[in-house]
Amino acid sequence: MGKLDLCETLSKHVGRVWNVAWHPKGDAFASCGEDKTIRIWAKEGNKWVNKIVLADGHKRTIRSVAWSPCGNYLASASFDATTAIWDKKSGEFECNATLEGHENEVKSVAWSKSGNLLATCSRDKSVWVWEVAEEDEYECAAVLNAHTQDVKKVIWHPNTDILASASYDNTIKLFKEDPSDNDWVSVATLTSHDSTVWSIAFDSSGTRLASCSDDNTVKIWQEYAPNNPEGVPTVDNESTWKCVSTISGYHTRTIYDISWCHLTGLIVTACADDTIRILKEDQESDRNAPNFSCVSSTERSHSQDVNCVAWNPVVSGLLASCSDDGNIKLWSYME
Amino acid sequence: MELENINPNIYKKINDRPVLPEEEDDDVEDEFDSREVFDLIRSINDPEHPLTLEELHVVENSLITVDNKNNIVKVLYTPTIPHCSMATLIGLSIRVKLLRCLPPRFKVNVEITPGTHASEHSVNKQLADKERVAAALENTHLIKVINQCIAMKGL
Repeated sequence: MGKLDLCETLSKHVGRVWNVAWHPKGDAFASCGEDKTIRIWAKEGNKWVNKIVLADGHKRTIRSVAWSPCGNYLASASFDATTAIWDKKSGEFECNATLEGHENEVKSVAWSKSGNLLATCSRDKSVWVWEVAEEDEYECAAVLNAHTQDVKKVIWHPNTDILASASYDNTIKLFKEDPSDNDWVSVATLTSHDSTVWSIAFDSSGTRLASCSDDNTVKIWQEYAPNNPEGVPTVDNESTWKCVSTISGYHTRTIYDISWCHLTGLIVTACADDTIRILKEDQESDRNAPNFSCVSSTERSHSQDVNCVAWNPVVSGLLASCSDDGNIKLWSYME
Repeated sequence: MELENINPNIYKKINDRPVLPEEEDDDVEDEFDSREVFDLIRSINDPEHPLTLEELHVVENSLITVDNKNNIVKVLYTPTIPHCSMATLIGLSIRVKLLRCLPPRFKVNVEITPGTHASEHSVNKQLADKERVAAALENTHLIKVINQCIAMKGL
């Protein structure tokens, strides 16, 4: 069993903190929440310090934040139906673009690996793909109405321009651009969860996806390309994504977030039972039927629901979490 | 607006809870019980009638469970008719009232009494989705309606 040690508790936000996002360099992170502010934190000596507060960007709750892969831009998605893009070209962080189009709450925003594409999703059931055109210009490349309900989360594949979305309709969908006509199309629908899928995360290779749900389970999905040696059937020359593992029995309430570490392969979850759990694939696990064990379970990690967990992209074992209790916590995991 | 249920059954209010001597003793720790939760929500007004949820038997003491050890409060409520379009609003009012009154350590589940509403599953799913509830509470029109339901009167 590993050990998750608390390093620091940061209490600056007022009310629920929804999301924390590491800067790609790993030396800073952004947070956001009910208080309609974005806070940017960086390390000074041994302490994490709130360097910047962005308070004038949104009129309602800020649900999520995301750094561009180059680290120069920060996107924020809000219940006010807009997505704001911030940068510090002028020397200070400023909002230099606002993406409008969703009918109501924007729940999630994500940059593609190249930084040329941005995706957003909303309670209006749609997923939008935005192209970064010129300086501070963002053009809508697609409006994807594939889900039948509220879309909770969008993420990009770590290596290619494949987009994944998770929804209140209990499914996960994958999208990509059809090179013949530049249309974005749904290429896979992953069904197996019995309730809302709150969050999803790719592993470092992008051939596996982890999902977490209101059904209190985590599922691991694996890509099977056309003509795969395992003989898993595929349709229209597109990969099949198959659920190869369902991790149940650990989480006792809704699982709000999941992060798959690209350095260690460890999975961490944020749960409404106030617990942070770390899941690890067993060593001699069959790739096509893997077994994951809970190697660390930190009860009362926060005094209320844990909303988000994020592994640092550079420092192994460094974890950030945030909660309804208004706190952000930094943790260090030792195997 | 036309009333959906023009002639609902009206029930008698239960008596006030008698205060026991040990409850007035500050040295005795009182745990939350179902009656205490019931007292918080019994006077919520029905959105359609000038009656409380207690008088319509939408909420009942016997349908509330409190687990102090695990900090879980579960409230079942019963819409007066199985097609009541106010079911979500009533559930939301109960949820908001408890959100404001109970200590944050409690996990609150508000659900429709099984078998009493046509859209039971979808209403329960909406009420359990805290992101949707949070967004609803930022909607100025909706919060006004909810506040009217929760507003104390007739006490």
